[in-house]
Amino acid sequence: MTGTAAGAAPAFVEVKRLAVTYGDAPILEGVSVGVAEGALVTIVGASGCGKSTFLRILLGQERPTGGTVAIDGAPIAPEPDPNRGIVFQKSSVFPHLTVRGNLMLPFEIAGGGPLARLFGARRRAARQKADAMMERIGLAHAADRYPAQLSGGMQQRLALGQALLPRPKILLLDEPFGALDPGTRREMQALLVELWRETGMTVFMVTHDIQEAFDLGTRILVFDKIRHDPQHPHAYGATITYDIPLKGPVAEALRPATPANLNVKDAF
Amino acid sequence: MRLINQRPGRVGAILLGAIPFALALAAYVVGSAVRRAENPQDKLLPSLEAMGTAFARMAFEADRRSGDYLLWVDTAASLERLAHGMLIAAGLAIVVGALIGILPVGRALLSPFVSAFSLIPPITVLPILFIVLGLGEAAKVGLIVVGTAPLMIRAVAQSVLDLPREEIIRAQTLGASTMQLTARVVLPQMWPHLVRAIRMGLVPAWIFLVSAEAIAATEGLGYRIFLVRRYLAMDVIIPYVLWITLIAYVLDRALALASRRLFPWAHLSGDAL
Repeated sequence: MTGTAAGAAPAFVEVKRLAVTYGDAPILEGVSVGVAEGALVTIVGASGCGKSTFLRILLGQERPTGGTVAIDGAPIAPEPDPNRGIVFQKSSVFPHLTVRGNLMLPFEIAGGGPLARLFGARRRAARQKADAMMERIGLAHAADRYPAQLSGGMQQRLALGQALLPRPKILLLDEPFGALDPGTRREMQALLVELWRETGMTVFMVTHDIQEAFDLGTRILVFDKIRHDPQHPHAYGATITYDIPLKGPVAEALRPATPANLNVKDAF
Repeated sequence: MRLINQRPGRVGAILLGAIPFALALAAYVVGSAVRRAENPQDKLLPSLEAMGTAFARMAFEADRRSGDYLLWVDTAASLERLAHGMLIAAGLAIVVGALIGILPVGRALLSPFVSAFSLIPPITVLPILFIVLGLGEAAKVGLIVVGTAPLMIRAVAQSVLDLPREEIIRAQTLGASTMQLTARVVLPQMWPHLVRAIRMGLVPAWIFLVSAEAIAATEGLGYRIFLVRRYLAMDVIIPYVLWITLIAYVLDRALALASRRLFPWAHLSGDAL
C-alpha cells in the first residue's frame, strides 16, 4: 500500500525534485515521493512549511517552479479537473444551492450541457443519485436546507459527499476537520475511512493533528526545513523529512458513525 | 442593562422611527404658521392644506391648457426614463461586471476603462449627449446610464471577485467548464448583488433624471418642479419632492423584498438596511 522505492517502476503519484518559490522565498525544495494507488497519505508539519502548497500543486491550483508531478504516468493537468477532488478546511460548498442542489450539481455538470441543467427523466435520475449520497453522508433530513443553515460538521460532510460524486482518483483534504469539535471530528474521520475503503481512491490529507495523522494514514509524510539560516529564516524551503509507512486506519478511529447518532447530534 | 443590549419591541421600533418624521413635520407646521401670521400671502412655507389642494389639483383635475392630469403624465414620463436607464445600466453591469469578475483576460481588457470612465462627472457629459442625441428621450436615458452604469458595473464585478476562491476551484474539480461555472456558480450568486447595485444606482439615477428633465423636457417630475419654480409655487414643489421620495422608497423596498423572496439563501445571516 505504501510508496515504491526509488528506481522501481513509477508510482501512481510520482513527485520528482519538486520546488516551489514565491518571489525570492523558497517554500518547497527537492520534494520527491512516490505514492501507490489506494494509499491514505497523511501530511503533517509546522505551519508555513509548505504542506498546503504541496496539496495545491497536486490539485493543479498552483504550478511548481521546478520538478515534475505525474499521476498514472502522465504529467498532471495545470488546472483543477474531476480526477482530483478537494475538501478545504472552510466549507466550499455552494451557498446558493440546497444540500440536494449541491449534490445534484456534479451530475448536472457532467450531463447538462453548457448551462449544466438537466430536465425530465435525466433530472430525476440525477436526483436519485444525489439522494443516495445524501443518505450515505447522513444528511437526508436536511435535503432542502442551505449550507448556511447547517452545522460545521454537516457542511464538511456535504463537501466530502460532493467531492466524491465525480469519482475522483485522488481526494485532497486540506485540514478538513480542523474547525470541528472533537466528537464531530471523530465521526468525520470514520466516515472518511469508510468512503476511502468503499471507493479505493488515493487520499492526501493535510492535518495539524499528529494523532489524527497516525490514526488514519497508511503512510505519513512530515514536511520540515532541513537547512536553517538563523540570519535568514526564509532562505531555505521545506522538504519531506520523514516518510513512515503505517498500519492504516486504527480501530479506534473506525468506530462506525451510525446515522442514528449523527441525527441526534445534528438536532442541536 | 447596557444600552447596547436594549432592543425596542415591534411597536416600540415603529414609534421610535416615527419620531424624526413627527419632529420635521411639527417644525414645518410651526414655521409655516409663524410666517403666514406675519404675511398671509407668504409663498415660501405654504400651509399643509394649500399643499394638499395643489397636489389634488395636479393629480385629479385636467390641466386647462392640455387636458392632461399632470401628476400622472409627469410620473409616467419620469418612470419610463428611469426604467429604460436602469435597464440598460443593469444589462451593462451584468455583461461587463461578469466579464471583469470571472475572466482575468476580461479584467485586463475592461477594468482600466471602466475605472477611468467612472471618474467622468456624468453631468458634464449632458451637453455632449444633447448635441449628439438631440433633446429627446435618448439623451435623458443616456445621462442616467452614464451616471449609474460604471458604479453598478464595479459593484457587480467586485461581488464576483469576492466569491471564495475555494468555490471556483471546487466547481472545476467537479468538471465544470468556464461556461458551466458561470451559469451555475457565478451568475446565481451575482443576482442578489445586482439587485443591490440597482438599489444603489437608483440614488444617482434620480439626480440625473431630474437634472436632465430640468434642462430639456416637456413633461416629467423634474421638469414640473423647475417649471413652477418660476412662480415660487412651493405648494406644488414640496408635494412633488415628497412624491418622488415616496416613489424612490417604494422602489427600494420592492427591490429589497424581491431579493429576499428570490434569493433566500443570500439573506440567511446578518442585518441589512
